[in-house]
Amino acid sequence: MRTIFAKSVPGRAGTLPDAPAAPAAAHLPQDLLRPAAPRLPEVSELDVMRHVSELSRRNFGVDTNFYPLGSCTMKYNPRFMEYVASLDGFTKLHPLMAQLRGAGHFTQGALEVLYETERLLCEITGMAAFTLHPMAGAHGELTGVMCIAAYHRDKGNHKTKVICPDSAHGTNPATAALAGYDVVNIASVDGMIDPEHLENALDDDVAAVMMTCPNTLGLFEHHLDRIVALTHAKDALLYYDGANLNAILGKMRVGDVGFDVVHLNLHKTFATPHGAGGPGAGPVGVAERLAPFLPISRVVKLKDGRFFLDYDYPKSIGYMAPFYGNFGVVLKAYAYILRQGREGLTRVSEYAVLNANYMRKRLESHVEIPYDRICMHEFVASAVAQAKRGVKALDVAKALLDKGHHAPTVYFPLIVKECLMFEPTETESRETLDRFVDDLIDILTLAESDPAALQHAPHTTPVGRLDETKAARDMILTDDA
Amino acid sequence: MPYIPHTPEQTQEMLKVVGVASLEALFQDIPASMRPRSFNLPDGMSEHAVCARLEELARANKTDVISFLGGGFYDHHIPAIVDALSSRGEFLTAYTPYQAEASQGSLQAIFEYQTAVCRLLDMDCANASVYDGGSALFEACMMAVRATKRSRLVVDECLSPIYRTMLATYTTNLQLELVTVPHGGGVSNVQALVDAMDDRTAAMVVQNPTFFGTIHDYTALFAQAKAKGVVSVLAAYPVLQSILKTPGQMGADVAVAEGQSLGLPLSFGGPYLGIMTCSRDLVRQMPGRIVGRTVDHQGRTGYVLTLQAREQHIRRAKATSNICSNQALCAFRAYVTLCVLGPQGLARMAEDAVDKAHYAATRLAALPGVRLLADAPFGNEFAVVLPKNAHEVVDKCASRGLVPGFPLGGYYAGMEHVLLVACTEKTSREQIGHLAEMVGGML
Ligand SMILES: Cc1ncc(COP(=O)(O)O)c(C=O)c1O
Repeated sequence: MRTIFAKSVPGRAGTLPDAPAAPAAAHLPQDLLRPAAPRLPEVSELDVMRHVSELSRRNFGVDTNFYPLGSCTMKYNPRFMEYVASLDGFTKLHPLMAQLRGAGHFTQGALEVLYETERLLCEITGMAAFTLHPMAGAHGELTGVMCIAAYHRDKGNHKTKVICPDSAHGTNPATAALAGYDVVNIASVDGMIDPEHLENALDDDVAAVMMTCPNTLGLFEHHLDRIVALTHAKDALLYYDGANLNAILGKMRVGDVGFDVVHLNLHKTFATPHGAGGPGAGPVGVAERLAPFLPISRVVKLKDGRFFLDYDYPKSIGYMAPFYGNFGVVLKAYAYILRQGREGLTRVSEYAVLNANYMRKRLESHVEIPYDRICMHEFVASAVAQAKRGVKALDVAKALLDKGHHAPTVYFPLIVKECLMFEPTETESRETLDRFVDDLIDILTLAESDPAALQHAPHTTPVGRLDETKAARDMILTDDA
Repeated sequence: MPYIPHTPEQTQEMLKVVGVASLEALFQDIPASMRPRSFNLPDGMSEHAVCARLEELARANKTDVISFLGGGFYDHHIPAIVDALSSRGEFLTAYTPYQAEASQGSLQAIFEYQTAVCRLLDMDCANASVYDGGSALFEACMMAVRATKRSRLVVDECLSPIYRTMLATYTTNLQLELVTVPHGGGVSNVQALVDAMDDRTAAMVVQNPTFFGTIHDYTALFAQAKAKGVVSVLAAYPVLQSILKTPGQMGADVAVAEGQSLGLPLSFGGPYLGIMTCSRDLVRQMPGRIVGRTVDHQGRTGYVLTLQAREQHIRRAKATSNICSNQALCAFRAYVTLCVLGPQGLARMAEDAVDKAHYAATRLAALPGVRLLADAPFGNEFAVVLPKNAHEVVDKCASRGLVPGFPLGGYYAGMEHVLLVACTEKTSREQIGHLAEMVGGML
């Protein structure tokens, strides 16, 4: 498909604003101006509409296809949330308005949304305080680990390391490094953090242990109590990667079991759309002793019921976001929490876990499931047997695209060879799961009889398998390269 | 059950297949001692009730004021087609395009976005976005630190104070030295910036237009930086960039921008868009997703995420950044905006905003005791010195439904009397008249 630049016709205009009364040259010296206009496409509004609509037909989304991409929680995104975030009273609000002393009453509704969302997230997770500033999960991790660093510095602790299990998402070690820590990996045993390994790795230099529970295999850690006790005994803090919180809503609160810091992915558990890669929101909750280190500003409710932004936290790590985070995303999550309520959120986890286990059970006699026991919201299969016949996990994934399903996650977790990580989510019906499983079983059967047939999948998509080596070598990153 | 399609019968049948008696039995791995001490949330609400509640909260914000607030975040018109296209579920409800064959729409859109922002900023390569302009600046500094293996960052005080506080926060634990070069009355002190660079300096960071709205040509500064092995980082303003001398022409190595002005509502601070571009020799230092063009086995053109060896899911602790999710849909909106406005439309938007700001500056400077902070070229924003505390003037005007700008006393010591005033193409001459009259009446 041609690019929009290839469709450009010199002199054609799209949606033009009014012409200015005077050109820039009337106000600015020529040498500060651009000699030639940027080569943006010269197309009509209809050209843009057709072009982008055609692009949209070359995409899978939750709206169009089952999308069981593990760890990504591709559930249905209810549309009333979009409506709520598009209300003029929110979209037209300039963020600096809240910083004008005399305009505090202009932003009371927005501040109440922030305040109430923090309060609800505290109750959902059992943490003492929240910040909504982080703009994605990884950004939340950085915020959380920086709070941990500030805590240790404040206590006079000299800590240099962060422990991550080998099953951790890549952002965990990358975050620890970005916060200035050395990363210590520990090997999982039987899919779990092994308390012995942890104990050996835990010395006085360890600032924190980052863990995901249920972990990235979809399993609930068996030794949580001991992990918490061992970590705290070394004055290290426990970080909870809450990307999988959708498995435990109403069943466990991370604050109650001793975690010190947690980030949530509102774009997973709380159903805000992923937007082909973002924006998300990664709020961070902390235990009481870490609250003084949270980023500023913080929203405070006054005795008279009004809300205001408080910057007076001398121990705060500072500013992670230009303002108050991805407010538009927070709004959607707030609306979703109100809509679901206590029972609804609990049901989200129950049905997410039911769907995952149902799929696991239906598949277990057809593909290896390395840790085949009751799982949480997702599970990991392994295509090692198929790989021996030449059909790799990636081939299975591509064949699923031909059947009209999005693929599971295949690049992670690294501790399972030829992994296929399935997360169906609670919003999918039994009929959808059955159709998917039947199609997957067909593919696995074909892998026995005719492996070569799968190695070139997909065939029905706009393009076939793409040459990634060539892409990296040629580095054609713009239409001009 | 909202958004859960199971009938009671299906639930029972599925539980039977799993081999457990109840939904609760699925959570047997969580011992009783770990169960929630409380889960005291409100009851669920109907869609109607939630919408009504949020409508009420939206009304509790006052947005029908005349506002001259800017500070890097501007109320430009958003063409209606932007909402129409960005609400299409094929983009809205997709994940990061890991499965390229099922994501050619997103990938080609990002590729075209990369092309458009490179052409706008006159740079070689772009990534698919980072969180916002401030995190883009931090990432740009980290690119410089890695590329030069040096640890000192020289930052112009004319750079947005919002970004400078973010930079200070992000670098807290990284053994980097942050040197801020004082501004010279609302303009960059270029000689002081040159003098501040030494052989340990990784990056020279400036902004055009500056936070005060003044416009510079940093060509000579960047040439000096190059001579000293320093990476030049420029923060730009996308709408004005359609008419201003480009970062590429000035010789910037990395150009970043807050992309909010391209089709994103102000929305109380986000989601916004961190635009990142660089010269070709630095592309392997760039963080985040990058889309490249390639072919499939039949020779058909297609797009993939490329150079992934920089990223956290491959390199883990050695990655260029920890970023995973970015602001893809915001980049998509910027892309649609750039396409539908085109070079002419974007330039008109910029020129109209600049023209109106000059009218506003003339009107304000004509008031007794009021003068422009800097005697320098400016774009759609400018700083004026009032004979009074600017905070007080703003507060009084605000209570009458007009926000005349942003008072700078909280951001710059000694600037208690300075007001930062922004216009866009949406500002009317009539509103500027109100501004001058109301401010004049307060002095
Ligand atoms: C387990 C886990 N941790 C962290 C992240 C990072 O979240 P984000 O992509 O929002 O930065 C993800 C998502 O990809 C994840 O699955």
